Amino acid sequence: MKYIRQVVIIIIFSFIGEVLRYLLPFPIPASIYGMVLLFVALITGAIKLDWVNEVGKYLIEIMPVMFIPAGVGLMASWGVLKPVLLPVCIITVVTLVVVMVVTGRLSQRLIRTSREKRELYE
Amino acid sequence: MNEFFETSLFAGVFLSLAAYELGAFLKSKFKLGIFNPLFVSITVTIIVLLAGRIDYNVYYASAKYISWLLTPATVCLAIPLYEKWALLKNNIKAVGLGLCAGTATSLTTVFVLSLLFGLSHEEYVTLLPKSITTAIGMGISEELGGYVAITVAVIVVTGVLGNMFAELICKVFRITDPVSRGLAIGCSSHAIGTAKAMELGKTEGAMSSLAIAVSGILTVILANVYAYFL
Repeated sequence: MKYIRQVVIIIIFSFIGEVLRYLLPFPIPASIYGMVLLFVALITGAIKLDWVNEVGKYLIEIMPVMFIPAGVGLMASWGVLKPVLLPVCIITVVTLVVVMVVTGRLSQRLIRTSREKRELYE
Repeated sequence: MNEFFETSLFAGVFLSLAAYELGAFLKSKFKLGIFNPLFVSITVTIIVLLAGRIDYNVYYASAKYISWLLTPATVCLAIPLYEKWALLKNNIKAVGLGLCAGTATSLTTVFVLSLLFGLSHEEYVTLLPKSITTAIGMGISEELGGYVAITVAVIVVTGVLGNMFAELICKVFRITDPVSRGLAIGCSSHAIGTAKAMELGKTEGAMSSLAIAVSGILTVILANVYAYFL
């Protein structure tokens, strides 16, 4: 029974996400609405961690395989991609690295300065 | 082969998962980054489909059941985030500024490089949402008049590359703090990168999940502004 209830709750949040996606005019997918709502429900205690934990962790663990069909979809869009391949590849790789480094280094510096400050006051 | 594939509900799923396991096996055997299971499974599946002259749509009729799980799985990313709520509250400034800077960097880099390569407005807006999760990125590209199929392809490639090289990039650029590593991965390579962040650690996974939502929503707002630049 435990697993059924967990599945039901997760599907309910996915469904509410879909409803919001339908009603609101933003290009935000159902999954993001559902994620934010589940997060708020957990924080406020409306949903207990035990009610979603095992099935949730299971779904997260098998998540990588869910991207295979989208990746294989590259073979279908190869025709439109081919003419702009070189600039697109360079932009993709450069942006990936730059964004990762800027986000990581900046937040790391901020975390360290605030930690040092905290230690100074203690 | 096409006819059997068309009637089979499991052929596509079986092919995808078996290829994934093959990738996982190669990874554990050779410990090389190139044997990223996701990358191996996509490559092997494409090769098998091409060799068997099987249409993507035929494959997708079966494989779509794997993708179906994506929405509930993404919803569940709220769980690790909830478990790391205290950590998030303690570092709220670093997290907020890091994600804003990361999103702005993504859009600015695409803008500068598009200018450099002399891309058209349509090609430029196609690439603008490349760092964020597919569902949001598709919407933005469509709204701004981009080529949605290319946007999806670029987003997927970005994610897979992020999944493959996140560990290496973090190491080379000495990003060692788990919170920062998670933010960096989620902000640059969305949900596919997050799958890797989950493997690196609970904190990395939680922060990467947060980054998908925040950078996605920020991009919705900022892309409309950036679209006027070129």
